Amino acid sequence: MRYAMAIEVNKCVGCADCVVACQTENNVPIGYSRDWIVERVSGTYPDIFLHFESQRCNHCEDTPCVRTCPTGASFIDVGGIVKVTHDECIGCGACIESCPYDARYFHPDGYVDKCTFCDHRVKEGMDPACVSVCPTYCMHFGDLDDPDSDISKLLKKRENFTLLPEAGTAPQIFYLK
Amino acid sequence: MEENILSTTRDIHGLYPHVHIWGYPIAIYLFIGGLAAGILLFATIYYLKGKADEMPFTVKIAPIFTFGLVVIGLLLLVYDLHHKMYVWQLFLTFRIESPMSWGAWTLVVVSIFSLLWPLSYIDDIEAYLHERGWKRLDDITKFIRNMEHKYVIPRFVIITFRKYRTLAAYLMLFFSIILGIYTGILLSAFNAHPLWNNSILGPLFLVSGVSTGSAFVMWLSNNKKERQLMSTIDMALIAVEIFFIIHMMMGMQAGPEAYKQAAHLFLGGEFTVIFWVVFVGFGLVLPFILEVFEHRGFKIHPALPALLVLVGGLLFRIIMVQAGQISEYPL
Repeated sequence: MRYAMAIEVNKCVGCADCVVACQTENNVPIGYSRDWIVERVSGTYPDIFLHFESQRCNHCEDTPCVRTCPTGASFIDVGGIVKVTHDECIGCGACIESCPYDARYFHPDGYVDKCTFCDHRVKEGMDPACVSVCPTYCMHFGDLDDPDSDISKLLKKRENFTLLPEAGTAPQIFYLK
Repeated sequence: MEENILSTTRDIHGLYPHVHIWGYPIAIYLFIGGLAAGILLFATIYYLKGKADEMPFTVKIAPIFTFGLVVIGLLLLVYDLHHKMYVWQLFLTFRIESPMSWGAWTLVVVSIFSLLWPLSYIDDIEAYLHERGWKRLDDITKFIRNMEHKYVIPRFVIITFRKYRTLAAYLMLFFSIILGIYTGILLSAFNAHPLWNNSILGPLFLVSGVSTGSAFVMWLSNNKKERQLMSTIDMALIAVEIFFIIHMMMGMQAGPEAYKQAAHLFLGGEFTVIFWVVFVGFGLVLPFILEVFEHRGFKIHPALPALLVLVGGLLFRIIMVQAGQISEYPL
């Protein structure tokens, strides 16, 4: 099993519903968030292009955060979901420093917190909160190991990119062009 | 020109700036770790060379300071943790991939050795203190002696340590090198920060740490021969350090865009003056020149080059910790 997410950047309107849904679902403390919207403008005037990217932990295959964790609190769970065991985390910040996406933060209680792909929902067969609330249906969640899943088909069919592939982390959030 | 503008809804209080999650405590700790490693390295090397009596300060006296230094370093590390009550989790596991994990274990081993090493030389330390006229410290040495005479366990531990001192010296030599090199490897393991992520950083921090160690001995020793030897060693180490720094810059300049941008922090960017003028100029080149003049027979107080090297070493770590966190992959 290999969970991943595919996001259609041209369908995303940047409403940040995914951000609010995550904060509500996961009781994220006020002032913090596990996902966020990036507005990317590129090109040369007058040929300018704009798209939105909903970003979060990339649940990388080659995880610098898990590698540098001194206690083993950061680990890769079933389906490749990168998680933190709160009671084992000492709050040293090594994983935050090692993440090229800045996807982790110190929870006010001291431990490091991050996106969990809503694994409590996924276990029950539901989509993560961010995916399930998207009003434009631009996000797709599924199992890459299953060739018949929606996400596998989408990634086979459509051109896509990942964030900072040059950092060598093999990210598992794909953006469909 | 191709433009790429990013804006994000992520301007959230409490999350940003991420850049400053490691501050002065970590930089000071890296300095202390390197300094302690340098002092222990010289103590063990000259003990193993059979020069314990010729160089009493290096072998017997200087290691007294390492225990205090390591304890201060450990306290700084714990102070910097955000989940302090769980610090014991570090010692329930050993993760070979995480430099911080072997750093934590190395610190424990080094702190035990650096406590036992001076305790096993308590007679020599007392004689040294008398020689320098610091009789007020007699109470402490007497207290330690009493402990040794009264209780079985301390006596057994110290006598055993004295008996196997050569073996202990080999182990301490090994662990002090690990401690010195780990302070650099700790940073170079983070590939998200291109400035840190280069393999010369471990050797560079080791050389810099040993150089501060030699400066420390040179500063506080009252033995002229010892001072001269340490000053010669320090000159060689400074030369190697400058070579490594140039090598690091060349490596980053020859690298991909993110690495060039990291090098630019020092080559025209915001850290240029403090790095090249203050650290390289006043922390490496000036003490080197002063030491050359000293060898030529000019009267220069040994504290001057030593303090410049020590302050330079601390500044180097502060710069690397801060600049490293600014250097990131452009998202």
